[in-house]
Amino acid sequence: MGGTQSDIKLMNEEGLRIDGRKFNELRPIRIEVGVLNRADGSAYIEWGGNKVLVAVYGPREAFPKHTQNPSRAIINARYNMAAFSVDERKRPGPDRRAVEISKVIGEALECAVFTEQFPRTSIDVYIEVLQADAGTRIAGLTAASVALVDAGIPMKDMVVGCAAGKIDGKVVLDLNKEEDNYGQADLPMAIIPRTQEIVLLQMDGNLTREELEEAVEMSKKAATYISDLQKEALMAKYKSQEPEKEGERDE
Amino acid sequence: MYLDIERKIVLPGEEISLEGMKQGNGIYHDGGKYYSYQMGVIQTYNNYANVIPLSGKYYPVRNDRVIGKVVDVAPSFWIMDIRGPYPGFLHINDTPWKNLDQELNKILRVSDTVFLKVNEITESRQIWLSLKDAGLRKLEGGHIVMVQPTKVSRIIGKGGSMVNTIKELTGVKVQLGQNGVVWLDGPADKVMTVRKILKYIEKEAHTSGLTDRVKKILEESR
Repeated sequence: MGGTQSDIKLMNEEGLRIDGRKFNELRPIRIEVGVLNRADGSAYIEWGGNKVLVAVYGPREAFPKHTQNPSRAIINARYNMAAFSVDERKRPGPDRRAVEISKVIGEALECAVFTEQFPRTSIDVYIEVLQADAGTRIAGLTAASVALVDAGIPMKDMVVGCAAGKIDGKVVLDLNKEEDNYGQADLPMAIIPRTQEIVLLQMDGNLTREELEEAVEMSKKAATYISDLQKEALMAKYKSQEPEKEGERDE
Repeated sequence: MYLDIERKIVLPGEEISLEGMKQGNGIYHDGGKYYSYQMGVIQTYNNYANVIPLSGKYYPVRNDRVIGKVVDVAPSFWIMDIRGPYPGFLHINDTPWKNLDQELNKILRVSDTVFLKVNEITESRQIWLSLKDAGLRKLEGGHIVMVQPTKVSRIIGKGGSMVNTIKELTGVKVQLGQNGVVWLDGPADKVMTVRKILKYIEKEAHTSGLTDRVKKILEESR
């Protein structure tokens, strides 16, 4: 990240990016709900080359005991990259980057969850990145809020994220790995769609004030679209049983 | 009185127009509008609109009858796992037994299963359980089946219709805990049939005409 200097062209004369997308086009996204049996809630997301699995447990008694908050639940997010998720083997275990991402994802989710309903408990969110291709924190967060709904945890709304950035001097949506590595800026962002509140905003690289505003607007629009994908995925879990419901009418 | 949206599946943050109904469970309001706070089915009851969750953990309510498992024995009470966010406590004074200077683990030991009720929930979310009511007892023998706590009301059915159908058609003793623990006792093959039925109800809980379908399956399998 951070825009390594290079003469790689990330956008051609027609304004198409290296993977053929337009400046405001997302990578294909697929979300699946309830993929794990042992967890209280789970989700799997494929976002371009990213593959992320999320499991949610709780609310359950918070341990160690000193972490308990007598007035609300704590959200324990853990972002972890698998050793095989990137080209060169990633040394397993939490590093500085993973600790930071876990913190910001947990805080973003906390904005939506009614934590005051479950004092002294913890809600554990495990985000496992199986394959990384830029934008994993946002993919993880998007899947995490779906998994929270699957676990039946009370929430204001579903948090949804999207990233924007700058390549070859132009603001574009949803960077892929090459654009992230050789672009000039990366701006992951997450919102609560109903109120348009921003719950996560980070920036790597440089953007002017106008570019930042443009990127935020672009991400917000995309996030609303991704939010619909989240809803569809959740509904699909209960629709898949409908053929049997149809049969009932024939009786 | 019914809302047009009766039995519709809603998601967190989805707006619900109450049309004069009162705000029930699973709904919050913000800026004069009402929204669902969980994924569930809209149901109206006594002029209240509720969102009945499709999934989620058991959350204890006073007078709920639950099935708990002893996880620890203290000098004057037992600590029970009732599958909720907090452990439950069962004090010796809330049981029919007298502690005649004997150790508590001679009465109930770790991993014993007990059918009990939620007696009191304190402000700091301490859950006190009781064995002092009709039908409450230690469960001996039998099998345990876990179902989702949100589906228990569906297993009971309207006025107990579903659970009674199961009991009549299989002859298996069924003890239902509000926390999603079901205790079954009877011949092994019948217990397995009931187990299958319970899992079926769990999967189909959000559809209608379930009792009739269960009846048909049970009659066919006889």
